[in-house]
Amino acid sequence: MLTSETKQDISPLGSPGSKIDLTFKRRIAEICGENVMSCYQCGECTAGCPAAFSMDIAPNQVMRMAQLGMKDEVLESSSIWLCAGCETCATRCPRGVALSKVMDACRQLAVKEGKHIKQPNVLKFHKEFLRQVTWHGRAHEIGLMGIYKVRSRDLFSDVFSGIQMFLKGKLGLIPSRVKGLAEVRGLFKK
Amino acid sequence: MKYAYFPGCSLESTGKEFNESTRLVAEDLGIELIEIPDWNCCGATSAHSLDHKLSIALPARNLGIAESMGLDVIAPCAACYNRMRGAEVEMKENADLRDRINSDLEKPYTGKIGVKSALEVFTFPEVLEKVAEKTSRKLPGLKPACYYGCLLIRPPKVLGFDDPENPKSLDTAMEMVGAEPVEWYFKNECCGASFGIAKSDMVVKLVGDIISNAKKHGANCIVTACPLCMTNLEMRQAAVGKLRGEDLTMPIFYFTELLGLAMESQGVKKCFASHLVDVNPALDAIGREQAVLVES
Repeated sequence: MLTSETKQDISPLGSPGSKIDLTFKRRIAEICGENVMSCYQCGECTAGCPAAFSMDIAPNQVMRMAQLGMKDEVLESSSIWLCAGCETCATRCPRGVALSKVMDACRQLAVKEGKHIKQPNVLKFHKEFLRQVTWHGRAHEIGLMGIYKVRSRDLFSDVFSGIQMFLKGKLGLIPSRVKGLAEVRGLFKK
Repeated sequence: MKYAYFPGCSLESTGKEFNESTRLVAEDLGIELIEIPDWNCCGATSAHSLDHKLSIALPARNLGIAESMGLDVIAPCAACYNRMRGAEVEMKENADLRDRINSDLEKPYTGKIGVKSALEVFTFPEVLEKVAEKTSRKLPGLKPACYYGCLLIRPPKVLGFDDPENPKSLDTAMEMVGAEPVEWYFKNECCGASFGIAKSDMVVKLVGDIISNAKKHGANCIVTACPLCMTNLEMRQAAVGKLRGEDLTMPIFYFTELLGLAMESQGVKKCFASHLVDVNPALDAIGREQAVLVES
């Protein structure tokens, strides 16, 4: 069972050795268009978040830390990788901030800036998924699961369900391939 | 009624019953579905997590092809629908991004067509009327917990469909075919979605909460409109039942399968054979002959 990680003692001055970066909130806004300064800490996002129980920094804390420029703490947290993108926070925020988009922006910044990724398997999964799309133009579920398992060294979980699905004809071995693959690959360029 | 049909990757694979039942029901209701030729993946959670422009560009290619067909898009999968609708809205609002993406597309998207989910189309009042008309065998005794999940109803600013906190469309559809949907608390809670593989322990907890609440409120099955919800709810129920020491066995259906069952759509029972969890207890409750379990 997933248990909450030890809550860090977060002081308003940040953790030792980390720097305050006051441009952090602007970077977030440039990427996703959300203004973290609108947040007034009501806690609605954390109350409704299905993943908050497993996060090291609660969603409302991510917002507050972004306001304060605690970039390293946010980008190196588990939380940004444990957001499931369910949009509950964005639906309920009384200030109209889509925290789900802020999480997206933080993930992108963490990868771009080569930060320590606290949930490497989640990133591996996303990268593998997108690699599938560059190969075939579509996600090939059995290939995705197989390669992800090798890369994450998690070989034996869910094998039974996988076999069951395969026997029920749900996991085709041959990926269907998009004809306009060159066009799809072209969309991956920045 | 005629739509450009976007099955998406899951419906080709783990969610194939959703694909089959959607096509069958559409045919019976006189809704013509023309598959978008050479469609590509919508990018799902992975694209928007790592690359914003890509998460708009991938669906935009499909929207461009659909626009050249002159048809609105119907996307049954909740994630595909959410990403495609998000791309539709952003391409309409953000001219700069639209131009950048369109310059890479053979068939540009200019906003002439829009995206709907299968749930939205099949619960149009005029379509539901037709469902009622064609329902030859109602489903009394079926007490579904209608499960909307996340991406069919959120964020409301983008999707503009149903109520994000107390959605009703699925319940209305189920009432239309004589089922008795239960009132419960988890209709719009997340199942963990794409964490099914990479963070399965999170999904186990969330699925446990959802099924446990449905059972507590007297449901004898859960009805969904999303292939990821289906996979998570089916795949994780045994593990979480063991963990909690309660019986969390629960048949899960796609809503299109139940519409098909009520309208006696030819071949809908084939869909039940590829479920991971036995649906017969729910079929027994409505006094239906058992589904054949060993066939492909």
